[in-house]
Amino acid sequence: MTTTLTGSGAPRLQHNWDSRAACNFIGGGSGTGLLLAAAVAFASGSPYFLAGTLALALIAFGLSMVWLEIGRPLRALNVFFHPQTSWMSREALLALPVLALGTLAVVLDQPFVSLPFQGHLPVAVLASATAILGLGFLYCQARILYASKGVPAWSEPALQPVIIITGLAEGLGLLLMLTALDAQPPVWAVPAAIVALLARAGAWDHYRERLKRRAPAPAIAALNRISVPVHLLGHALPAVLLVCALLVPSAPALAAVAGLALAAVGAWIKFAVVTSAAFTQGFSIPFVPTRGLSHSATL
Amino acid sequence: MTRYVMVADLRRCIGCQTCTAACKQANATPPGVQWRRVLDMEVGEYPDVRRVFVPTGCQHCADPPCEWVCPTTATRRRPDGVVQIVYDLCIGCSACAVACPYEARYKVEKREFAFGDQPTADEEMRANDSLIGVATKCTFCADIVDAGVARGLTPGEDPEATPACVNLCISGALAFGDIDDPQSRVSELLRNNKHFRMHEELGTNPGFYYLWDQEPS
Repeated sequence: MTTTLTGSGAPRLQHNWDSRAACNFIGGGSGTGLLLAAAVAFASGSPYFLAGTLALALIAFGLSMVWLEIGRPLRALNVFFHPQTSWMSREALLALPVLALGTLAVVLDQPFVSLPFQGHLPVAVLASATAILGLGFLYCQARILYASKGVPAWSEPALQPVIIITGLAEGLGLLLMLTALDAQPPVWAVPAAIVALLARAGAWDHYRERLKRRAPAPAIAALNRISVPVHLLGHALPAVLLVCALLVPSAPALAAVAGLALAAVGAWIKFAVVTSAAFTQGFSIPFVPTRGLSHSATL
Repeated sequence: MTRYVMVADLRRCIGCQTCTAACKQANATPPGVQWRRVLDMEVGEYPDVRRVFVPTGCQHCADPPCEWVCPTTATRRRPDGVVQIVYDLCIGCSACAVACPYEARYKVEKREFAFGDQPTADEEMRANDSLIGVATKCTFCADIVDAGVARGLTPGEDPEATPACVNLCISGALAFGDIDDPQSRVSELLRNNKHFRMHEELGTNPGFYYLWDQEPS
């Protein structure tokens, strides 16, 4: 019965959060996804140093972009004040141990200087703890968008699996790229990437389908515009490359290019959701005022 | 208990924006910031098209999404229902702005003036740097209401205890008062008229009611 109005009450693209906020979701998602992938890879024999460093750098980059966006950066520590209900506070609180433990794991795994407590077990414990906390951080990011009731494309519950799965897929993609630089990817990584891209394709389509029920037309159009290239470049192309990588294990470049496509398109998805699809819901009234003769005017 | 709410009679509002001007004068908001504004809307399809003026702003929700998401506790709801922002705590992250379904929050990054690069005498006198880089919104003129209540006045009845937009509304479309007081003007209006609230389906329990028709007598 509610009628959405045109004119000054129509949905509009919000500008409170811009590309800097998008960078936080991109850096945080790919960074935490890579933390998980790197921890598993370390357990299966790959070094942690490079992947862990890149993951932490991505998370720090995302957080620093948010810091640049806030109006009062010198008060940034106030962000910790409301973990009772604010997912932003929770994200910030989790960022501290993620960065601290991750840095410790990276330092203990670095090959340049001999340090006490270096060894497989301490790094494995620290990397695992960092990965678990990183998953919490990623979940907080998904909930931050869900809590944004003013933007239907963000508050749609189906966006949460998109954010989480995309982060994991990006992390796997980055791991494939890094490991292909000097060796073969871990044996589990290519099949895991195939599962991740299938999951992301499904979550993306499900999200867009759900969005049709509630989001303003311009938001849906913004996502429809990128959907075909997202599927072609982010799912079909890497799927073909990953299958080829399974068939030809001696060509790690195939997996590396697939990883690049997975990571880049994941970033593209989040950038589009945060910037181009971020229309407000506008205003709507279920009834119009009756004027003059008393008669009911229901829309 | 007391819960202050606002009532807008859509049959009376003529879209004159006097409430908007009153708010800007009372609160010295910068250009582009309208804590109280009136939407000018077209409803329906040709040939049955109507023009509707809808006053809006912060709805002072009983379950405000802006308060949940605020990472600093700067946004908080008073016991009398007024949702306020503690400007000295706010970091200007805009999480509240994207959480608000009513587009009621503003943030300005630097001082701006109505006429060119230089402030008018009034702008210079009333400049408030604590409002730069933080979220701002309608306060229900809480300072006026509080001062009036302290003097024993009744918000919504006595102009010196009533928000500026309500005081200045030339058509009597806006009313303010305590919805928990059955004798208040707003309670009477809601009893006698059909009304709705904006985006009620979101569960925010807004404190801003719109009248659109009489209740059958």
